Amino acid sequence: MIAVIDYGVGNLFSLCSSLKYLSIDSVVTRDKNIIEKADKIILPGVGAFGDASDKLKETGMFDFLQEQAATGKPFLGICLGMQLLFEKGYEYGEHEGLGLIKGKVIPIESVLKEPLKIPQMGWNKLDIVKKDALLKYTNQGDYVYFVHSYFATDCNDSISSTTEYGATLTASVSNNNVFGAQFHPEKSGTVGLNMLKAFNEI
Amino acid sequence: MITKRIIPCLDIRDGRVVKGVNFEGVKDVSDPVALASFYNDSGADELVFYDITASSEGRALFTDVLEKIASCIFIPLTVGGSINTVDDFERVLKCGADKVSVNSGAIRNPNLIKEAAKKYGNQCVVLSMDVKRVDGKFTIFSKGGRENTGIDAIEWARKGVLDGAGEIVVNSIDTDGVKQGFDIEMLEAISNVANVPIIASGGAGCMEHFKDLFNAVPGVDAGLAASIFHFKQVEIMDLKRYLIENGIEMRI
Repeated sequence: MIAVIDYGVGNLFSLCSSLKYLSIDSVVTRDKNIIEKADKIILPGVGAFGDASDKLKETGMFDFLQEQAATGKPFLGICLGMQLLFEKGYEYGEHEGLGLIKGKVIPIESVLKEPLKIPQMGWNKLDIVKKDALLKYTNQGDYVYFVHSYFATDCNDSISSTTEYGATLTASVSNNNVFGAQFHPEKSGTVGLNMLKAFNEI
Repeated sequence: MITKRIIPCLDIRDGRVVKGVNFEGVKDVSDPVALASFYNDSGADELVFYDITASSEGRALFTDVLEKIASCIFIPLTVGGSINTVDDFERVLKCGADKVSVNSGAIRNPNLIKEAAKKYGNQCVVLSMDVKRVDGKFTIFSKGGRENTGIDAIEWARKGVLDGAGEIVVNSIDTDGVKQGFDIEMLEAISNVANVPIIASGGAGCMEHFKDLFNAVPGVDAGLAASIFHFKQVEIMDLKRYLIENGIEMRI
């Protein structure tokens, strides 16, 4: 069973529907007993880094998720949930992330070589750098759906795919049992569904 | 690089798709779930649903339909029609909408975009505007294009973005239904003042019109159409292949 962490950020309808569609057993929860029993964890999220980090702390999830990840349980962060895996986020100030993956999250605007619309919103192509378990069914050049204004950097060792948007941006990462997708697998058609399927098979 | 998007638009009344559509392989063409699945399989990048129901019973049917679609189709879904309050946002978001588009509601309630963007984020709020030339000026019309509000469309777009609209749908009343191409002049004027994704609507009659649109106005991110897709005058996959051949990036 997959525990989808409920800490009060974002709309979980699509994520839950796509897991259900794939016949993957999941529960939306912040109950530590249930999360402990779950064999996988998904950390979703939409919004601002600082707010979300605070909410993880308020709901008692921050330290608990760090402990859970340390048990070796497959752990997937999606969108803001992926950004929270890193050590620090620089959205309206400096904020602490879970530190499960080395690196930091900074504005896309700070690295653009040409002026582009922010957020990056739409379908963009994946360039696979490291074919990890999450990308088991993903092919070079597959398109996925992004909505983000910030991206992860200084995380070279963990990057599994990148995308081009005025610069080379981190699209997905992994470090042992911890995985992250900057894009929305639950909104990326068949490519995204296959990624959730791959995660479930880890 | 990010692709341009092709978006079919479905009008829903009392839970059924309005406008006769005729597809092979789709048994019930007025069933929104069947039609949405068909478009998803045909390569649509996103779907837009407008609820044109007048009654509250019809509105309940719409959210039921939306929930069904969002349970089996995993691409972005935008919902519009009868969105007048933040509660209306909540109503459709919890049934699986990813973005909510406001039109007349933003004219009636000048704070709607600001409040919704604050609560759900800019990426969730789409400003949809019906625009027509009046004495040579781009002017906002409300109530499905029937009422001249006197509002300057360029100013309206600028204000919408400042208030937090994350995307703008520009529907040109002047080119809508004429099938002679998108309103390049209008789209250019609006994309010059709004640094958010612009979705062009109104005027698509053939594949060339999409090519002309994306080539003429680089600030336009997506082309939206209804009848040419519904009546299979243009097949989405053919259109995408044609645009790729013409150097425009598309998801296939």
